[in-house]
Amino acid sequence: MRRSLLAASLAVVSVATSACGIFEDDEPADIQVYSARHYDLEKAFEEFTEETDLTVEFLFGDDSELLERLKKEGDDSPADIFMTVDAGNLWNAAEQGQLTALDSPILTEAIPEDLRDPDGQWFGFAMRARTVVYNPDSVDVAEFDTTDTYAGLGDPKWSGRLCMRDATASYTQSLVASLIDLHGRDRALEIVESWVANDVEIMSNDIELLEAIDAGACEVGISNHYYLGRKLDEDPDFNAKVFWASQDGEGVHVNISGAGVTRSSDNPEAAQQLLEWLAAKGQSAFVDNNFEFPVNPDVAPAELVAGFGPFERMPVDAKAYGSLNAEAVDLLAEANYE
Amino acid sequence: MSPAPATRGAVRRVLGEGRWAWSALVVLVGALISAPVVAVVVDGVLGAGDTQLPRNVGDMVFTSLWLLLGVGCGTFVLGAGLAWLVSAFDFPCRRLLSWALVLPLAMPAYILGFVFLSTFDVAGPVQSLLRDWFGADVWVPDVRSLGGAVIVMSLTLYPYVYLLARAAMVEQSATTYEAARTLGATRGRAFLRVLLPLARPSLAAGLALVMMETLTDFATVQYFNVHTVSVGVYLVWKGSFDLHSATQIAALVLVFAVALLVGERLLRGGARFTQRGHRGVGPQRERLRGFKAALASAAGLGVLGVAFVFPVLQLVVWALGASTDPLDPRLGDYLANSVTLALVVAAVCVTVATLIGHAQRLGGGRLVRSAAQLTTFGYAVPGAVVGIGVLLVMDWLDRGLVAAGVEGGTGLLVTGSVLGILIAQVVRFVAPAHQAIDASFTKMPPSITGSALSLGASPRRVLTRVHLPQVRSGILVATVLVVIDVVKELPLVLLLRPFGFTTVSVWVYQLASENFWEKAALPALLIVMLALVPVVVLVRGRDPRRRVEP
Amino acid sequence: MSEADALRLAAVTKSYGRTLAADALDLVVPEGEVVAVIGPSGCGKSTLLRLVAGLERPDAGSIEIAGEVVADARGWRHPEQRRVGLVFQDHALFPHLDVRRNVGFGLRTLSRPERRARVETMLHRVHLADLAARRPHELSGGEQQRVALARALAPDPAVVLLDEPFSSLDEHLRQRVRSEIMATVRDAGTTAVVVTHDQTEALSVADRVVVMRAGRIEQVGTPQEVFERPASRFVASFMGDADYLPATVEGDRVSCEIGVVPVRPSLTAGTSYDVVLRPHDVTVEADPAGAAEVVHVEYHGAFVLHAVRLASGARVRSWQAHSVRHPVGTRVSVGLVSGPGPVLLPVEETVVR
Repeated sequence: MRRSLLAASLAVVSVATSACGIFEDDEPADIQVYSARHYDLEKAFEEFTEETDLTVEFLFGDDSELLERLKKEGDDSPADIFMTVDAGNLWNAAEQGQLTALDSPILTEAIPEDLRDPDGQWFGFAMRARTVVYNPDSVDVAEFDTTDTYAGLGDPKWSGRLCMRDATASYTQSLVASLIDLHGRDRALEIVESWVANDVEIMSNDIELLEAIDAGACEVGISNHYYLGRKLDEDPDFNAKVFWASQDGEGVHVNISGAGVTRSSDNPEAAQQLLEWLAAKGQSAFVDNNFEFPVNPDVAPAELVAGFGPFERMPVDAKAYGSLNAEAVDLLAEANYE
Repeated sequence: MSPAPATRGAVRRVLGEGRWAWSALVVLVGALISAPVVAVVVDGVLGAGDTQLPRNVGDMVFTSLWLLLGVGCGTFVLGAGLAWLVSAFDFPCRRLLSWALVLPLAMPAYILGFVFLSTFDVAGPVQSLLRDWFGADVWVPDVRSLGGAVIVMSLTLYPYVYLLARAAMVEQSATTYEAARTLGATRGRAFLRVLLPLARPSLAAGLALVMMETLTDFATVQYFNVHTVSVGVYLVWKGSFDLHSATQIAALVLVFAVALLVGERLLRGGARFTQRGHRGVGPQRERLRGFKAALASAAGLGVLGVAFVFPVLQLVVWALGASTDPLDPRLGDYLANSVTLALVVAAVCVTVATLIGHAQRLGGGRLVRSAAQLTTFGYAVPGAVVGIGVLLVMDWLDRGLVAAGVEGGTGLLVTGSVLGILIAQVVRFVAPAHQAIDASFTKMPPSITGSALSLGASPRRVLTRVHLPQVRSGILVATVLVVIDVVKELPLVLLLRPFGFTTVSVWVYQLASENFWEKAALPALLIVMLALVPVVVLVRGRDPRRRVEP
Repeated sequence: MSEADALRLAAVTKSYGRTLAADALDLVVPEGEVVAVIGPSGCGKSTLLRLVAGLERPDAGSIEIAGEVVADARGWRHPEQRRVGLVFQDHALFPHLDVRRNVGFGLRTLSRPERRARVETMLHRVHLADLAARRPHELSGGEQQRVALARALAPDPAVVLLDEPFSSLDEHLRQRVRSEIMATVRDAGTTAVVVTHDQTEALSVADRVVVMRAGRIEQVGTPQEVFERPASRFVASFMGDADYLPATVEGDRVSCEIGVVPVRPSLTAGTSYDVVLRPHDVTVEADPAGAAEVVHVEYHGAFVLHAVRLASGARVRSWQAHSVRHPVGTRVSVGLVSGPGPVLLPVEETVVR
């Protein structure tokens, strides 16, 4: 017994020391990024490193948790860039004083006004449309309301045919926030309630939702366009199509993936350089990998998503998405939307 | 009698019988370990003046209650029932099943949940097949529901109950069960009235673990769209971008946790079922024949198949499907990180839990008991909340140090190194270690400690020469439970890891969160394999026939 | 009190919540004496033992072991700092150590050869030398008990405490183990306190018997004293079978329903007394004209116990030699055995008869 105790304690000691060895960080990269995007980004950034000799390192995580971590780390934070997938998130990070304003003509020129912070604290780099996807076997496009397609899904004719994402998904919350912004809370509540009344099937991720449409279990759903891009890339016969929502009205709801330089960055010049690269030269590499739309109007989208056709988009109102998010959550709960 | 001795007596009941050093140690450790949880609650209460609880918080509470009840019943029936089956009967495959039924412990609920949904949900093969056969309008039960979540969580969590119940049944002496049988009790009645009540402390400990896992689960319930209080924490946090308001609901989760722990104590009922005299060999197994034997085998193999074999096969199929991609070269690093982290955390948790058990044995009094309870709350709080608590404590410490004139405070101690992850994991997983080791201490008659002390052994010698050898099985179970938990744990690592530190679970998350399930299958399999190693060690170590007495 | 006292308790008090488990206990045990503490369960006898061992801390009072204060208002010594040996009902052997290591556990201060020699001596003393390599679970209950005793005696404690040491043993084994164990204790010359709930055990093993009830000591005395001259009705009943008949006092003459009682103690005027009748104090003779009737007969081997209903309706019991057997229903005359005679006790108002 004594011997095994000895062995155990030796093991603990050696494990502890080796732990220190393993956990010892190597030389940190030039630019450190907290990112809530996990789409195999590295490929785009490898190009950046090749061009500039600046190394980039990522720490992936959940958006609100990363923001909280950034706040708690304060001045000690190693992060140079905070990158996330929702305009509301970016607005909040700026609101909570975690980002630095940049004065960059390159960025202001490359990125449309509504896709960046007026003070230059954050910038959108990739755009995704949250639109209607349908199964062409069971849905005729004439059935859609072209003025307000989202609200139109509350029409009783869609009863039992709808699939949507759950209330915990930030995509759902942003969409509802935009509805509140657009129509006011009461009308937005009516719309969500009409979806619920149509017996909407709630899915826990977009891929599943698309597969349900493909399988015919659902006829219509709301999804980010790039998931369909991904599915079509894997399987050209995937039986689901994009319908650009509200083209005769406010346009399709879009959101951005964006970033800002953190308040605590110890290398803001390099960070800014990276952001500028992303907006211009690296734009295609950054967005195409995930079938997103470029924010830079001079850059053409990838062939596959270009094939979805041109569309009018609703302007992005980051402040609305950010500030109305809590209300959206509350509204979804009130409407018994799960 | 003068009032003075009475007061002194009361004070002593709180402070214990004066092993000051040991008691102080436990109180200190308890305070340290509970600090992050306390910090979150304090911060939430102080910081959130105007936030309101979400509208459907009442529904969330009920959903949580139903989920707890469902998973509690499910794991109890599966765990205790299967334990009885393999310890009271003999049937084909019994030997295999008696250890293999522990395997689902290695399967994280979020992975089984995903496999389950991808198989049975609307787009999955089962429903597609049904639609092909019976048309699009065929009625199928809603799998993405509370019921589905209960099934999946019961299937992954039942081994906690099974493991402890089987040990308790095997350690009972055969005579009690046989006495009941000769008194005319049917097998079922003898099980319900004799075996189960005697195994109560172990069952309570197992169920408490299950309940706490259920309470803090976030991933699985989200797959199944079940809005528990823990989901509420995230909803509020993410909806308002304000942790303060989320901590209020986190406090609500804590209320559940306290209720659970109190419930566990009540279930254990102060009574100690230390059987006097001989160490038992369990009831004499009864040989089943024919239909009954087939039924018993089918029950065991069925559970094993659904909870473990089938999902592993599915993962293998997916992994093979994705095998065209080159293997990630950092795989070795990720694995090493996971393993090292698990071993270090397990070593710390087991040490802490053993010290607590020992100090309580020395007559720690209520203060030590409370400190011991405090250390277990971390398990009942969602991982991300514990993580934020660690950040908070370090933040305060930092400011305190700066105020005290130390330049730069602690520096970037928490998120700049794995220290933060280590602390947070310990905070979270002392509880399972404590449950397992405390159960072992409870089984040891108090007279053993008394004898050792009166033979002149110092408390330290009692620990090393008497207590440690006798709670060895508890330590083994504790190590295994903690290692598995750490390997599976995600939110903490995600939140607190330094740059360049990735574990296998984080890797799975990165892939799975964007639905790259085929790519995620390989690391998911790795998690299962990693968790399998300690499970097998445990099973072999605990097989009563192989064990050298005691 | 002399220096030679092995154990001295003064006003020792201990309560658990509202239950008073030890209520100002006073007790002195001279060196070498074997004391039995007896009482019904919950009377505080185990608490007394735990207090002496240091497993519980008294709320008040002081305890001295071999002249050293181990507990009083100022201080308290932990069990490992007291020279006390403990033998538990469940033996509490360390299951992971063999017999030799169990016995040697308390001999840390000795050198290795000394320790080995001491262990051998102890094992020989309890006749277990050939089982030294066994593990506890390979031993019978009696053997385990002997190991436990050898282990407790090995460090040469000032006092050895035995907590219900024989109650876990089979009836037929118990007597043998008891006499072996107690012979060993006596050989060692160690002071011993034996806690028991078995009056035969208490009477047969001890030099003195302490009878406890509800946290108090009811009576301390030699076995003869507590059996033959019980200080209270409780002691009388607890230490053996006893029946009670009201005493009639006329001047110096005391009598009861079955005869005149030879009495020495002075009686307090105006108090009613009962005569305590042990079954061996009562004679029974077949007598067709007798006022009493046999209502129950129990065969005990060497003796036959007769229960008799007197004319007044009161019942008394009587031991008869095994050759005598009066069937149920026999009319008998009942009398008192001549000799020292029974005790008189004041009628306790509280006792419901």
